[in-house]
Amino acid sequence: MRAVYAFLAGGVFGVGLLISGMTDTRKVIGWLDVFGDWDPTLAFVMGGAILPMAIAWRVAAARGTPLLGGDFPARPEPTIGWNLVIGSTLFGAGWGLSGLCPGPAVASLTWGGAGGLVFLAAMAAGMYGAPPIRSRIDAMSTA
Amino acid sequence: MEMDWVLGLIGGVIIGGAAALYLLVNGRVMGASGILGALVDGSGRETANERLAFLAGLVVFPGVAALAMGGSDTHLTGNHVIVALAGLCVGVGTRLANGCTSGHGVCGISRLSLRGIVATVFYIGAGGLTVVLARALLGGV
Repeated sequence: MRAVYAFLAGGVFGVGLLISGMTDTRKVIGWLDVFGDWDPTLAFVMGGAILPMAIAWRVAAARGTPLLGGDFPARPEPTIGWNLVIGSTLFGAGWGLSGLCPGPAVASLTWGGAGGLVFLAAMAAGMYGAPPIRSRIDAMSTA
Repeated sequence: MEMDWVLGLIGGVIIGGAAALYLLVNGRVMGASGILGALVDGSGRETANERLAFLAGLVVFPGVAALAMGGSDTHLTGNHVIVALAGLCVGVGTRLANGCTSGHGVCGISRLSLRGIVATVFYIGAGGLTVVLARALLGGV
């Protein structure tokens, strides 16, 4: 049952990414390009996505448990470490360079061509290599 | 142009709806980099079925929708060196930061998570700077 709903959630997410234009790297780069011909679409996408999710967090708090059981994800400790700052900066650089973030990169697999596959392979390699880098940054910042 | 904004808003609400479904039914934060990343590095082995099912839906549904629309285009740069470098940065960066646009952006900001807000400020700042630098140095990518 968990897999069925996960399949559905992933599917709806992907259709939303396609409709909103987030699988089109020109729209993403156009939004980040504040000094150029700025395209505000991404702000509408973000705003539109945050709205139902803000309601969902309230419903979650009122319900206490997810429909399929288990626990809702705990609120993470509000600590801002170097991993968060360095990681987000690196991610932003790659996002600006290509116009792709992880969701749209996966969603466009069937029409993204060779370039899309190169991006996915490099992203997976980066994800595979990240844990030791993460530990090293943690060790340095607590030393 | 205004049509794009309307589609952006509609698509955004659909994205938020998917995140709400995944939270309220499965009890999970819908973060694309976390769902994929924990499969790649092995830390999500116990929840692999759920993760794989999510990713399968994420490929199949928009794939069919794009076909029905007569195809789609990512307009990704043809420079594969840049694409590979960008992919590597996105892969390492999202796993260090423990989230991307969906996890920190959509799911984090909507619960007013400090980490989500700080992450979003940094990745949008770095993204904007990169676009400006890329155009200045490479004449646009």
